[in-house]
This record gives sequence, C-alpha cells and structure tokens, in this order.
Amino acid sequence: MPDLLSVRDLKIEATSYPPGEPPKTVTLVEGVSFDVQKGKVIGLIGESGAGKSTIGLTALAYGRGGVRITGGEVKLNGQDLLKLSPSGIRQVRGAKVCYVAQSAAAAFNPAHRLGDQVIEATLKHGIMSRAEAEKRAIYLFRVLGLPNPETFGERYPHQVSGGQLQRAMTAMALCPNPELIVFDEPTTALDVTTQIDVLAAIKHAIEETNTAAIYITHDLAVVAQITDDILVLRHGKMVEYGSVRQIIEAPTQDYTRALVNVRGSRRDEAPDQSDTLLKIDNVTAGYGGFKVLHDISLHLPKGQTLAVVGESGSGKSTLARVVTGLLPPMQGSVSFGGKTLPPALKGRSRDELRRIQMIYQMADTAMNPRQTVRDIVGRPLSFYFGTHGREKTERVKELLDQIEMGERFLDRYPAELSGGQKQRVAIARALAAKPELILCDEPTSALDPLVAEGILKLLLKLQEDTQVSYMFITHDIAIGLAIADSVAVMHRGRLVRFGPKSKVLSPPFDDYTDLLLKSVPEMEIGWLEKVLKTRRMESAGN
Amino acid sequence: MRLRSIPVSAWVGMAGIALALVCAIFAPWLAPHGESEIVGDIWQPMGGQFLLGTDNLGRDLLSRLIFGARTTIFVALAATVLSFSLGMLLSFTAAVTGGLVDQTFSRFNDLMMAIPTLIFALVVLAVLPQQLWILILVMAVLDSTRVYRIGRAVALDVAVMEFVEAARLRGEGTGWIIFREILPNTLSPLLAEFGLRFAFSILFLSTLSFLGLGIQPPAADWGGMVKDNKDGIIFGISAALVPGAAIAILTICVNLVVDWLMKRTSSLKGGRGDA
Repeated sequence: MPDLLSVRDLKIEATSYPPGEPPKTVTLVEGVSFDVQKGKVIGLIGESGAGKSTIGLTALAYGRGGVRITGGEVKLNGQDLLKLSPSGIRQVRGAKVCYVAQSAAAAFNPAHRLGDQVIEATLKHGIMSRAEAEKRAIYLFRVLGLPNPETFGERYPHQVSGGQLQRAMTAMALCPNPELIVFDEPTTALDVTTQIDVLAAIKHAIEETNTAAIYITHDLAVVAQITDDILVLRHGKMVEYGSVRQIIEAPTQDYTRALVNVRGSRRDEAPDQSDTLLKIDNVTAGYGGFKVLHDISLHLPKGQTLAVVGESGSGKSTLARVVTGLLPPMQGSVSFGGKTLPPALKGRSRDELRRIQMIYQMADTAMNPRQTVRDIVGRPLSFYFGTHGREKTERVKELLDQIEMGERFLDRYPAELSGGQKQRVAIARALAAKPELILCDEPTSALDPLVAEGILKLLLKLQEDTQVSYMFITHDIAIGLAIADSVAVMHRGRLVRFGPKSKVLSPPFDDYTDLLLKSVPEMEIGWLEKVLKTRRMESAGN
Repeated sequence: MRLRSIPVSAWVGMAGIALALVCAIFAPWLAPHGESEIVGDIWQPMGGQFLLGTDNLGRDLLSRLIFGARTTIFVALAATVLSFSLGMLLSFTAAVTGGLVDQTFSRFNDLMMAIPTLIFALVVLAVLPQQLWILILVMAVLDSTRVYRIGRAVALDVAVMEFVEAARLRGEGTGWIIFREILPNTLSPLLAEFGLRFAFSILFLSTLSFLGLGIQPPAADWGGMVKDNKDGIIFGISAALVPGAAIAILTICVNLVVDWLMKRTSSLKGGRGDA
C-alpha cells in the first residue's frame, strides 16, 4: 500500500539570540523519518522538549514562531508539502490535513456557536454545501458519542464540558473529510475518567471514517490504546520506531524501556497505623455559603502517607486549604498532634504553621521568581529558627544535597531551573521548616513521567530519613497505589472510601472507585475495549 | 553588578541627569548672571555677550536656565517620588489586605480622580499658604491617585500567586509580603510609569506657574520660562525653545535610565544572560 504521508530525514531549526553574542542556530529536530498509511495511526511520544509537536505540525507544513523546516521532505500522496507555494499549502491545511489542539477550551471562539465553528473550514474550502456540512457535523457528533447530536451544534463553547469540547474539536477536524489528522495531546488536560471516553470516541471516529492520524502524547499507555505504530522521540531525535506490540512488549532501547516501566514501583503499606498525627473530624467547608466539602473525616498516622484521590471538582484541594487554615471550615475541626488547630490561619502560632508545610502543583508560581534558591530555601530557616549568616548557608547547602541538587544551584533563579529541579527546590523549602506534615498538592502532575518518578522516589527517601508525613493530593490513583499507606477517595465533595491501602483497593468496590481504578491507562494492548465493556458507571463529568 | 554591563544609553541618561543636578546644586557659582537680574535688551539673539540670548525682560537665559534647574528638578522629583511612595504603599496594602480596606481606599481614590486635577489643585493651592512644600505635597497627592490605580492592578495580579500564598502560610507579615514578595515583581511597570510621571510633573508645575499658583516670579522654573517667552515665537525668537529643550532632554535622560532599570528588573535571571 502506498504511503499517505512520508516524512524523510526531517531537520528543523530555530535561531536564538543570546545577549552580547552572535545569534545561534539551534537544531530542534534532526534525522526523523516515518510513514503513515491510509487508515493507520502513528503515535509520537516523548517528554516535553522532545520535538513531538514540532514534528506533528510539519504535516501541515507549519513551523511555530521562529521555527524553520530546513531539511528533508514531507510528502502527502507523493507531493512534497515543503515545496508548495503559500496558496498551495492553504489548499492542504484544514482540508486534507487537520489539527486537534491540546486545549480545546482555548481553541474555540467563545463568541460563536460550536456548529458554525465545526463546519467553518469545510465551507471555506468549498468542500460541501452548508446543508451537507451540517448533516456531516451531526453524523460526526453521533459517532463521537456527544449528547443530542442534532442540537449539539447550537450550543456555545462554555455550555459544554471539557471532554465534550475536545470531541467537538475532533468533529471539526473530521468534518472536511481529511486524509490525515494531527492530534496534539488531546486528552492530557482531561480527567482520567473523561480521558477514556474521549479516547474511545476518537478511536471509534477514526475507524469509522477511515482517516489516518498522527497522535502526539507523553503517555505511552494512552498511545498504546489507539495507535498502530509508535515513534519514540528524545531531544529531537528518533529513539525507536516500530509497531505498538514491539515497543510495549520488546523495547530495544534503554530509554523506551524506562518509559514502559515508569509506573513499575509499588510500596507496601505500613502495618501499624495507630499513631495519629492529623485528624480531620466531620469537616464541612465551602465558599460563600456554597458547600464544597460534606462531612469529611480522615486521619493520618505519623510518618506515613495518605493519598487523597479524586477528579477535578472533587474538593481535594479545598480539603488541603482547610488543613492549612486558608479556609476555615463551616463545621468540624482539624486536630494536629493531639491538639485542635485554630480554624483560621491568623489564629495559629508560628510553630503550628511551621509544622505543616505545603508543596504546590506548579512549582513555577509557587516560588518568587525574583528570589534565588538561596533566598527561597533560606527564608524558612531565618523565619522559624533565626538562623543567619554562614550557618544558614551551610544548612541550605545541606538541604540542596538532600534533594540531590548540590550547592552549585545556590545562586540560581527559578527561571534558570528545569521543571523537576523547581519542584525539588520547593520540597527543600518545605523541608527547611522541619515540618511534621507536608501537604503535596499534585506535585508531579505537571511533570514528565520520568521526572515525576524521580520526585516520588525523593519524597519516599525523605520520609524514611525524616519521618515526615505526607498528605498527597492527586487525581491519579496509580500514584496513590505506588506511594501511599492509606487512601481516601473523594467524589463531588464527599468521601467515598477511606482506609489502609490494601483495604481500599481490594474488592468489593463501590461504583466510583471501580471507575477510577479502571480509568488508569495500562500498558496493554486492547485495554481500552476491555474497560469499556466491564465498567459499571459512566464517567463522572464528561 | 559590573559597570561594563550598563548599556551606553544608560550612561548617556546618567550623564544628562548628573549635569542637571550639578547645575541645580551649584547654580550661584555656575551662572554668569543673577537669577532675576536684567542685564540687557529683551530677546537678544544667541551668541555674543549672552550665550543663549536674553528673555522677554532682558534677563540672561542661561543663568535662568541654571537657576531654573533647581526648582524644576527639585519640585518635580520630590513630587514624583512622594506620589509613588504614597500611591504604592496604599495600593499594595489594599491589594494584600483586600476586603474593607481595599474598598475604602479604592472608592476614596475614585472620588479623588472624579474631580478634575487642575481645578482641584487650583482650589487647594488658592486656599493654602503659598509655600514650596505645600505645592509639592498637593502635586504628589493628586498624582498618587494615578499611581494607586496602576499599583493596585499589578499588585492584585501578583497577590493571588501561589508564592504569596506560601508566604502567608509561612506566617509572614504584611510588610514582608508587600516589600519582598510583591514589590520586586511589580517594579517594571511602575518604573516605566515613574519615567512618564516625572515628565508630567514638570508640565503640571509649569501649568500651575502659568496660572500664578506654582513657582512665584521672579524665581525661574523651566516650564514658567517657556510660558514667559512663548510670545517671542511669533516673531521668530527662539528663547521659548531653550527651556523647552531642557525639559525634553531631562525627560529623555530620565527615561533612558529608567529603561535600563526596567530591563534589569524585568529579567527573571537577575540580569544574567538574558536580553
């Protein structure tokens, strides 16, 4: 079968302008070749900065600001897209090759109805009449499993959920009957239970319309469900290229092996869970009269980890705000080390504040960009312990060693650190206060899988060294499984299930925990179909 | 900070400001004639006995320019610095504290801004005794309403960031949050505003002088000198342009320095390695 898209020896460059130096040409992608046949799906996988989006966009002969495609060829049906004139490329974009972006919420114009936006490109290219296009849109809405396909197009973007919006965007891409669609992380921003619905819808639609696709993601387990071939990328170069089965079951490269095994680690729970450090009693809390949390009771033993698992909107971050005192509860109380904590931040003593520290999801915004690592980590030392001068510097160095970074980072600003390093510095800042409890609010969900794995291992090591307790808030029940001693599952502000890990995660399950557990993508071909057949509950807020 | 990393434009700006300051400080020794001494015919051309010519009353323009630097720079700078201190302190307090404090400050600020600045200044200055510090204070208070608006807007953006929340959780006081967490992150837009406000202060001062409520004659100030000599322009006499040029050059110099400071403060790497 002739190749629909054939990319040969692709080279992509950009120019950077360091101050006081001549401009430098940076090679972003080099020597990448792959093929896509009609009706097949190829997965581009890699960490951030691997060049996967950049490569995906070359299928539309497009380079993002400042990026130039300088070598190789991109042939669609034997025609080299890179040699086309601008008007020739316009005939291809949006007609033969379409694009689905990561954030559908940002990609739709909020001022127009979904239906008009879905058929816009089709009409522009004169592929169908308006009536035909509308008919096709309704057909696609139905194939993608959207509710009320006949009237769905009359809604505005803010009237539908994130998962539905992502599917509407897929419909927009499929509408002109293109030969190839580029999916750029279409499910990354969605909740796990929504993700599998969208994945299933995309897969079904691709099969139904017999369209070829390039599927870009950082999650190997997701890509395994939907693609035929996988291309693993790192630093803009090809690491491995083969069929899904070969990559998942018999990877030949070390890097691919690391990606496949990334969720391998698991920890046994602590046997004794009696020595309670944090106790949350019948807490009800909310904003301005609206209740977000309903009657939550939890406890966390000393030196152990409690994973609070739930999807967005489940109230897990609100629970953290109650514990920190940022949001005084309407009812109930929080006790710490046997004593009831004052409900509001203002009422707590400096020592009470010291004992509970927090790590945020986005380390970028959790650290003052104008302070150096020395200031960031050193401030809790001088604030809580009055440490100054050389003693303080020594202690900061010690802490930097503990997070496996070292003293050469002392005078760096956050902008000069990578994502994983920033999160490590945030951990060091929390540790500097010698806390008994660290609240971790999704500390790994903004990181690449291998980097996230490193952070989790560091947290576990620090727990062994310092006997600190973690309340670990996450949407990913797999992380809960990996590091927690006890698990609390939350759904719409209520506690669904709570107890030691072994008890919570063994049957019989309630419907929601069952759904959550089954929604975690596994590195197994055919997993998606199996899950859809066996689950008992529709996803929560798709 | 290395001296070599300072760009040429900033050096030019600093030289210009230094020159103006030297003139202001050593005016009696530098000026060839007295401030209000009538030394020749009116509107004598440049060159010859008087380097920049004479003004509408026959006073030496160069001497008046040098003496004028005193009042102009002192009043404008003092008013701007004061208005910024006041505006930033109040706006940051409002942004950090929120609630009733924020509402009170902001609504009072709206009230002040609802009254036309010039009319407000005229009324207040006409009632109060004519002293320099009162003039500076009135200019500063009126200008601080603008600073307050900008300051509150930029500080609100920063105050909701997680690192501010982290500081609150640590138990830091309002002072630390304002000066250590928020101020360094809002300096760039405020510095840009400072450069602009300084120029406006000079213009505002000259407006007041023209209306008889600013610097009182025969004391010289640059804005007042433009007004004094503006009629000469009709007869092709350039006397009004000289103090005008002085205002323009000083403003540009201040902005050159501010631009450089802004570049430094907007850098997230402490001015190392990024443009």
